Amino acid sequence: MIQLEGISKSYKIAKRSTGLRQAAKSLFYREHTIIDALKDISFSIKPGEIVGYIGPNGAGKSTTIKIMSGILVPDTGSCTIMGYTPWKDRIQYVKNIGVVFGQRSQLWWDVPVMDSFELLKDIYKVPLQEYKATIDLLIETLELQEIVQSPVRQLSLGQRMRSEIAASLIHNPKILFLDEPTIGLDAVSKIAVRQFIKTINKEKGVTVILTTHDMNDIESLADRVILIGKGSLLYDGHLEKLRKRFGTHKTITADYGKNTIPIQIPGTSILSWSPERVILSFDPDQTKTSEVITHLSDQVKLLDVTVESQPIEDIIVQLYKEYKI
Amino acid sequence: MKVYGSVLKLRLSMGMQYRAAALAGVATQFFWGFITIMVFEAFYEYAVQTPPISLREIISYIWLQQAFLVFITMWFRDNELFELITSGNIAYELCRPCELYGFWYAKLLAQRLSSAILRCFPILFVSFLLPKPYNMTLPPSLTTFLLFLSALLLGLFLLVAISMFLYISVFITMSPAGSLLVFSILGEFFAGLIIPVPLMPTWLQKIANVLPFRWTADFPFRVYSGHIPQNEAMIGILIQLGYLLVLVLLGRFALNRVIRKVVVQGG
Repeated sequence: MIQLEGISKSYKIAKRSTGLRQAAKSLFYREHTIIDALKDISFSIKPGEIVGYIGPNGAGKSTTIKIMSGILVPDTGSCTIMGYTPWKDRIQYVKNIGVVFGQRSQLWWDVPVMDSFELLKDIYKVPLQEYKATIDLLIETLELQEIVQSPVRQLSLGQRMRSEIAASLIHNPKILFLDEPTIGLDAVSKIAVRQFIKTINKEKGVTVILTTHDMNDIESLADRVILIGKGSLLYDGHLEKLRKRFGTHKTITADYGKNTIPIQIPGTSILSWSPERVILSFDPDQTKTSEVITHLSDQVKLLDVTVESQPIEDIIVQLYKEYKI
Repeated sequence: MKVYGSVLKLRLSMGMQYRAAALAGVATQFFWGFITIMVFEAFYEYAVQTPPISLREIISYIWLQQAFLVFITMWFRDNELFELITSGNIAYELCRPCELYGFWYAKLLAQRLSSAILRCFPILFVSFLLPKPYNMTLPPSLTTFLLFLSALLLGLFLLVAISMFLYISVFITMSPAGSLLVFSILGEFFAGLIIPVPLMPTWLQKIANVLPFRWTADFPFRVYSGHIPQNEAMIGILIQLGYLLVLVLLGRFALNRVIRKVVVQGG
């Protein structure tokens, strides 16, 4: 469905040092630096997939999304989405996609949300019957009943974001690009947005590509992740595999009755210790969880034990470190 | 086509929210209208030779100017579009299945129309009721009036096409301040908004005749008062159409060029 082949894009950025003299100099002569935002990116995505597109700030995530949605023209490479080249067949192509840029707004600021929806209906030439069915579904699943009549300027960020997502789905697109859809949202709104993405993916078979910095988004939504850093593709595959590669460690947090003798268990390392609590890290392939707990209960009077896999956030930090990005 | 209708509808409902602004606008326009008329009255009283346009015609000219100010001034602009371009929100506009030129043209047209509807009727109504010699007079014949209407509408289309270049220039300069100043001063001067074109020296009139600006304001207003005879008005309307065609084609070409080079950074 989506096929990217050797996409590169560079930006030309005017550069000058600080200070008045430099500013005066730049009136006559300007230095430019070329920044390679994307270097030779290739991947393909099948219909119905949810793909998490991750990378640190400035990695080129948004640039890729913008190329795929026909806004930017890449320097080299080819991109075919549903048989179209986004930037060449822009008008034909964009009927089939929905885009949400988490940091921008597509709703008209001064009029009720519903008015913006109606305008989009006309822009995309959605038949009235279809529009009614879609809008009812969107309002219900995104819980917009109470806000569609209010002007956008009076909405909270979470309410606005839910409206933005609804706005990009009015024309029933086959592909949905989400560029940081959960940025700045509280826990409840985040879960609502995630649930909704899952629903439309399952029920309507919408292909979803989302970029985010919130690893919980990725964990709860995407089976497949694509990692880029400094414009290059670094990893493309299952989240589980990524976890296996880096996240083999587990941690045990144990609370116990006061015990001043430091704990010693073979095959584990102590992350933190106090007379009432210890946090241990170990590799479950070499030391069994049950063994560790047995050792613990031999040495102290256990009150509470929690076993956790390594959080995905840590894996990403490790990954960024390994690739030096 | 329906899209453009909806944009207009949305704009109208938005414009209606700003009743206070419209009222203040009406008041300002009356003030300006009176001041300008009085200045011309004084000039005409002491004129050595007969001016090329009568005071009666000038008064109609000025009231029409005030009533349709948002149809003819360059500085009446859509800040939302400027912001769209400089902030990068244009990303969304580019994901829509419409030609950007047409879409923006509709937006700009709608904005001017919605403002004008709120303002022109009270001004026209009151200006007819004013005591002589300050009152507005009816056009000499129905044909003249119809010619005036077509000229006014074409003038509006033409002005929107001209102002589109303002927005296109912002893609390159990233700030509307400069182009706005240049366009407003040159455009409004040569459209006859400061001095009616017939009162300009001949050499200036020659320049004004070559530029498209006077066809947006000066031309329709003089058609109204009959200062431009009917057969000349017909030719003028053809010239307006010609300008419109050229400017729209040129603008579309330029806009499509700049959006290919657009850079949407950040986020």
